[in-house]
Amino acid sequence: MSDAHGIRIAAPNRASAGEVIEIKAMIQHEMETGYRRDQFGRQIPRFILERFECLYNGKPVFRAELFPAIAANPFLNFFIRATESGTLDFRWTDQDGHTFSERVTLEVV
Amino acid sequence: MRRSAAILALMFAGLAHADETRSFASRPDLPRASVASGYTFLTRETQLLQDDPFANPGYLWVDRGARSFTESIGTASCRSCHAADGERALVGVSARYPKIDSSTGALVNLERRINICRTRYQGLEPLPYESDLLLALTTYVAQLSRGQPYEVVIDGAAAPYFARGRDYFFTRRGQLNLACNQCHDDNFGKMLRGDRLTQGHPTAFPGYRLEWQTLGSLHRRIRDCDAGVRAEPRALGSEIYVALELYLAWRAGELPIESPGVRR
Repeated sequence: MSDAHGIRIAAPNRASAGEVIEIKAMIQHEMETGYRRDQFGRQIPRFILERFECLYNGKPVFRAELFPAIAANPFLNFFIRATESGTLDFRWTDQDGHTFSERVTLEVV
Repeated sequence: MRRSAAILALMFAGLAHADETRSFASRPDLPRASVASGYTFLTRETQLLQDDPFANPGYLWVDRGARSFTESIGTASCRSCHAADGERALVGVSARYPKIDSSTGALVNLERRINICRTRYQGLEPLPYESDLLLALTTYVAQLSRGQPYEVVIDGAAAPYFARGRDYFFTRRGQLNLACNQCHDDNFGKMLRGDRLTQGHPTAFPGYRLEWQTLGSLHRRIRDCDAGVRAEPRALGSEIYVALELYLAWRAGELPIESPGVRR
């Protein structure tokens, strides 16, 4: 799965100033809890995402900590207020410190 | 001596017979009028998860499959053969699988077909069954037929495969000595411990299963049923599972393909 850590993002391309917009993000990740065993009884090592954040023009507007109880392929849904045109950066980090990111642009009219 | 030889001969006859088609011809198939998708047995919440193209996690694999389909990989991409409007060219194609591969005469399912494309036309290694990339490509192509019913051919060269697949469905197996039809034809809708028995249609697959916390193939799902009755599960991609897949596709009648479906 190492090359499959994709993300799906649903965010509007444009919004009016002051509008509250909905952002949805789903990250492909197994979120292995570390509590399971395989068919031979061996413990499956924990492998989870630990942090997720969304930056609006470089400023954090949403941040989440993730734990083993969160299901595979975490789905985060949140709202932000559109103030100026710019970028939304999504960043997520796994327990080994690997960080992945994706950017979308937002036009405020 | 003669007597034990006769018993031995009978035993061998029995063994030889075990892999042949038994005669379940008189057993009725699931009546067309009562065919219902596994979707109807889900909770409302799980149905909504399947219906929302964003929340349905199966689309993570569809997206990846779509990227891989067009990606140039140093050889012909899928798209180089399947037209510039590749999307349209493959609409409805997965509904005709499993089908007979004209050059080998063998019955192949979509996974096998994709690997045939890789080895025969792209000069690539076949992808392992249940690998993430093969699941992604299969789900992407299957999803292009979403909403259409299967249109499989079961006569001609496919007829012996169909008979074997149907046979597998009606054969009791495992320590629990159960055949597929005992749950999926005779007792669907009832509770099996915490779960509701479905009719066992393949329309959601490749699909996302909450129990797996990931997307998997139909063969992985069938292995779970075989393990559930404590029978030896067959190999992913095995000929008998492809034959069973053909019977299941025919048995689903007019049900629309839902891949990527969401199931418990």
